Amino acid sequence: MITVNGTKQDFTGKTVAEYLDFARYDKKRVAVEQNGRIVPRAKYEETALYNGDSLEIVRFVGGG
Amino acid sequence: MNRIPSKKEMQEALKQRHGAFLQEKFSRSAVAVCGLGGLGSNIAFALARAGIGKLILIDFDRVDISNLNRQQYKASQTGMPKTEALTENLMEIAPYLAVSSHTVKLTENNAKTLLSDADIICEAFDKAEEKAMLVNHTLETMPEKYLIAASGMAGLGSSNDIRTRKAAERFYLCGDNVSGTDCGMGLIASRVMLCAAHQAHMALRILSGSYDI
Repeated sequence: MITVNGTKQDFTGKTVAEYLDFARYDKKRVAVEQNGRIVPRAKYEETALYNGDSLEIVRFVGGG
Repeated sequence: MNRIPSKKEMQEALKQRHGAFLQEKFSRSAVAVCGLGGLGSNIAFALARAGIGKLILIDFDRVDISNLNRQQYKASQTGMPKTEALTENLMEIAPYLAVSSHTVKLTENNAKTLLSDADIICEAFDKAEEKAMLVNHTLETMPEKYLIAASGMAGLGSSNDIRTRKAAERFYLCGDNVSGTDCGMGLIASRVMLCAAHQAHMALRILSGSYDI
């Protein structure tokens, strides 16, 4: 199990990119931290999710 | 026109408010404001009034009539580059503020150079993709900087839904996280100002040594 924004999810063994697609995030509008560290945008495809990982996904909306 | 106070008088007045130690800290600090719209222009006003030493202002755009509902520009300034108009307005409030303004589009290619002097970076862009770009780029390549971003402040939702949260060690996020400009209602001065105030206030807290929200 991994924790995404505080909620447990069964996504161990998949990648950050796979999770973002599954949860329908627009990859151009997010910032992703894995266990408190930023996941570089170029590495979403190759960053694996391990059991116990904590993922924080910040989704940006327009306006300023 | 009345006499403009001297630099010494202005510094003295701020010291009376903030105490000598804190005012010294503020006056030695540089904050970058990326995007000079409803968020950025209001952030700059708050920080200039607080006696921040230097503001780095970045925006490629010009003042438009559609900006006047929430941004700190005057009707007489429409058509001017925002960097020039805002500098003019800030100078009337804080004549001894150092301003470094850049009328360019901030990109991943020029960000590091433009932001090198900043102790704190305030993300104040309008578009979600631009916000994400600056946040990712800063966290990826300038991890030593404090970053205060904003997301979700459109419409007439409750003031109390606008909050500051700490999203990483040096990354703070202000707003309600959900109210984008695509929600149907545009940006309203009061709610954008609330969010800008959250950002400016967090910057001042960080400079004072308070890193929690």
